[in-house]
Amino acid sequence: MSRKINLWSNLDWLTVMVYLMFLIIGWVSIYSSVYDDAHQSIFDTSRRYGKQLIWIIAALFIAAAVLMTDNKLFLFFSYFFYAFTIILLIAVLFFGTEVNASKSWFHFGGIQIQPAEFAKLATALALAQYLSTTKLKLHDRRALLSLALIIFFPVILILLQPDVGSSLVFFSFILVLYREGLSGYWILFFMLLGVLSVLALIINEINMLALLLLSSFAAIVFILRNFKVITKGTLIFIGVSASVMGIYRLFSPQTLLEVQLILTSVTASLVVLIISYLSRIKHVPIVLGFLIAAIIYTYSVDFVFDNMLMPHQKSRINIVLGFDDDPMGQSYNINQSKIAIGSGGLTGKGFLQGTQTKFNFVPEQSTDFIFCTIGEEWGFAGSSLLLALFVFFLMRLIYLAERQRSPFARIFGYCTIAVFFTHLVVNIGMTIGVVPVIGIPLPFISYGGSSMWAFTLMLFIFLRFDAGRMEFLR
Amino acid sequence: MKDHFSDRKYIIMAMIVLPVIFFIVRLFILQVMDPSYKLSASSNVLRNVTQYPSRGLIYDRNGKLLVYNQPVYDLMVIPGQLAPFDTTEFCSILGITREYVDNELQKAREYSRFRSSVFLKQISSLTYAVLQEKLFKFPGFYVQPRTLRKYPKDIASHVLGYVGEVDRRIIQENPGYAMGDYLGITGVEKTYEEELRGEKGVNIFLVDVHNRIMGSYQDGKFDVPATVGNDINLSIDAVTQEYGEKLMRNKIGSIVAIEPATGEILSLVSAPSYDPELLVGRPRTGNFRQLSADTLNPLFNRALMAHYPAGSAFKVINGLIALQEGIINEHTNYTCPGHYTVGRLTVRCRHHIAPVALPAAIQYSCNTYFCTIFRDMLDHPKYGSVTGGFNVWADHIRSFGLGERLNADFTNELRGNVPVAGYYDRFYGENRWRSLQLVSLAIGQGELSVTPIQMANMTAAIANRGSYITPHILKNVENTDANPVSRTKHETTIDSVWFEPVIEGMYRVVNGPDGGTARLAEVPGLEICGKTGTAENPHGDDHSVFIAFAPREDPQIAISVYVENAGFGSAMAAPIASLIIEKYLTGSVSRKWLEDHILAADFINREIAETDEQEN
Ligand SMILES: [Zn+2]
Repeated sequence: MSRKINLWSNLDWLTVMVYLMFLIIGWVSIYSSVYDDAHQSIFDTSRRYGKQLIWIIAALFIAAAVLMTDNKLFLFFSYFFYAFTIILLIAVLFFGTEVNASKSWFHFGGIQIQPAEFAKLATALALAQYLSTTKLKLHDRRALLSLALIIFFPVILILLQPDVGSSLVFFSFILVLYREGLSGYWILFFMLLGVLSVLALIINEINMLALLLLSSFAAIVFILRNFKVITKGTLIFIGVSASVMGIYRLFSPQTLLEVQLILTSVTASLVVLIISYLSRIKHVPIVLGFLIAAIIYTYSVDFVFDNMLMPHQKSRINIVLGFDDDPMGQSYNINQSKIAIGSGGLTGKGFLQGTQTKFNFVPEQSTDFIFCTIGEEWGFAGSSLLLALFVFFLMRLIYLAERQRSPFARIFGYCTIAVFFTHLVVNIGMTIGVVPVIGIPLPFISYGGSSMWAFTLMLFIFLRFDAGRMEFLR
Repeated sequence: MKDHFSDRKYIIMAMIVLPVIFFIVRLFILQVMDPSYKLSASSNVLRNVTQYPSRGLIYDRNGKLLVYNQPVYDLMVIPGQLAPFDTTEFCSILGITREYVDNELQKAREYSRFRSSVFLKQISSLTYAVLQEKLFKFPGFYVQPRTLRKYPKDIASHVLGYVGEVDRRIIQENPGYAMGDYLGITGVEKTYEEELRGEKGVNIFLVDVHNRIMGSYQDGKFDVPATVGNDINLSIDAVTQEYGEKLMRNKIGSIVAIEPATGEILSLVSAPSYDPELLVGRPRTGNFRQLSADTLNPLFNRALMAHYPAGSAFKVINGLIALQEGIINEHTNYTCPGHYTVGRLTVRCRHHIAPVALPAAIQYSCNTYFCTIFRDMLDHPKYGSVTGGFNVWADHIRSFGLGERLNADFTNELRGNVPVAGYYDRFYGENRWRSLQLVSLAIGQGELSVTPIQMANMTAAIANRGSYITPHILKNVENTDANPVSRTKHETTIDSVWFEPVIEGMYRVVNGPDGGTARLAEVPGLEICGKTGTAENPHGDDHSVFIAFAPREDPQIAISVYVENAGFGSAMAAPIASLIIEKYLTGSVSRKWLEDHILAADFINREIAETDEQEN
């Protein structure tokens, strides 16, 4: 008996209040985004806002049920739950319903379930379990491999659907690993990869090559500051390049110039790398190693982009990078979204007064683009307030995570934070045109039962741990 | 438990706060600073106006305009932008009632508060001029330019077809269409809808509270211009078409003329016809109902859909088959006592020179001759049975494009009927039927039925000495290389050597010597070859039939003419065909008296007069 009272008073009501505010903001925004005169009642269950209310009520039941559950259960079943979700992810590839050329959904009567949403939760549980029970060091290679397996196994299955948006969310777990001691270089490394990928797509291959060569050259000059050695190295580089180019010209002049140049510079760098390594010149081999890796990486990004992505994915990336200007195509959607948000002004047009989000100008206006309605009707004041509320929410979760005494609860808390954060950044970034259109929902706000329930489960499992944080000591 | 990395929470916090700050700055620029996304207080509505493309124009084979467009205006309403207005003035400008206004506004509100609905369709340019001046008094209303079809001449309505508005069923089948779009419903307008339609566009305007368009949104950056439909050239010759329709006035029937070498349809007349202007715009529904109720059925395209007996014109094919099968040669002759009698069956023939070989048999349309050779073929032992012989015969018939749709570029063509052995099996019992029971097929009667276009195509195949190209009405589509018509060449099962004796017969039908069944059709120098027919009509007077081509060598035109209830083929159909051939080949008509005679002939009002008499 006393335990329950304890739970009630230990629950972090502040977070719960913010959670409820999100739900209400979402419900009202969905009402506004699909509003028309014929169906005025916000409780009309034939409309999306009516259905959202049903999802909300169900979510509250789920939240209550989670709070009633003994939190040892989540600990105990975390691997089991992970395995179960993997099975679901495999099953959906075979038995899922195809929507927009990807198999991501199960249809049971009127209810649709998207296993990828629950995979985030399951992976978070498995990750927390693995990280907290083993006394592992995060620089241990075998531990890193296992962690990578836990994270990327579902990613690959989700990519097979294919659902690029959902799979990207899993990369955010690197943030959790960082918090638990993963070297900060990994974060830097991933950021660098990102920058290189974008550059590889924006700049053409030859310029990219020149940029990489010049920056490595500058780095070596800066490190060595030895004119003689630099001249020697440069001469070797030029010599090797010239002979490789010569061989190309002689034997296979029809090969693409880009390919010739890339292979030439890789070969030349490799020769200089080996020579400098053998001559025991410090740092230079590392710089050259990076150079070779970067050249190969940028070329493979181009290759993947040109040969492996689907047309709509290409065009989404092109738009954000500023290449595509087809006004009725993908950039039309982003433009409409920007117009809708931009037309809101400082204080917005007022509740139900939005025009842009009601003409079907904006695609997916109640799901992925729900932020448009908020931006249009509540203006800068409303949209920045919502963002502030999200920041407050995430800060509060960090505070809660840090006060956990069990590593499991803390790690799981950070997983929750990472998932919410990624969804927030990608979703808002996409509606204001700074991130490619990746269809992932805004947590608790966007229309849809599956994602809301998965988010609610994650949040309340964490809140359950938090409320019971004292029990763990005993 | 000790935790060495707890300070990293600050870095994570920074990683969360920084992008959000970036977003807030970006939102500030987007929502507060950047004027291009802002709609000022005076212009607070964006309006997407669909740009409807004008349909492609339609020309005849010589570039004469057959169909063009006239501008009209749809009055649109967006209920969410309405403000109180002077209903009395509004109604008087548009000539509508208050109830109409209330009704339409109610409907528009039910559809959507924010999307535009059509309030009043197809306002004339005149009304539009008045309305435009006062539109600022009626916020929420705007005008949408559209185009309707217009016809310089009242001809070829069956060929051209008409354009109507899409309905729910069409939208469900073709998601490319939206409510309010037009599309071709029949004729060329339907067949070449894709080519003629063009692509819709959209203009986005800024509109102020006084319903004034303040200009293009962002200098038209997001506008998409409409693409005009492609013009098409038909193979129809407008002059011949018009002349044919003139000759068929007060008659029921059809004329189809084809250029044999290409399969191009030169004219396609179905009488009685209707004025194409009747099926344009708002009056269409009423006129359509009236035309549908007309007992003469002017909407029915007889050239493609009417099933007639082939009549005696069919004898030429039976002659060709007998030659090909070796039943006769061109010298084989039979005597004719003026009738063909076997047991109780008698087929009467007219008095003519006898005995006759094939050319003369065609010249005099000798029933005895064709009944004899038809039965000789079916009973020939080399086929094993009558059924075997019949099947060979029917295969030959089908090779001339009979009994199947020709797939000319019309969607409403019918297939006619060439009977199959199974039909007689059901009727008489398997292998219980004899050649005698089928003998009416020898002279183009019986279970066989054809459409006028099939007869014209058959004539073209004879003119070509054994092959034909799928008849078609499209010459080309402007601005495209792609040719939407399949112009397949079909070989008949008759070798080209067998055509000369038959064509000689057809030549003599028109040109003699010693009389022919259509001497009235002769035009010196044109070398018209033809064959008359009289299609027995159980419901009234026989139909007058004539097929012909000219000139004999290197034929330029092949034609079939059907005139219902006009009696002998020589009486009506042959002169009409002759006049059209003369008009097409020489550009003028030398026999004014014959033309007057045809124009004076009236088989519609005569019938009505007769019916009246009977009723009295
Ligand atoms: Zn005779």
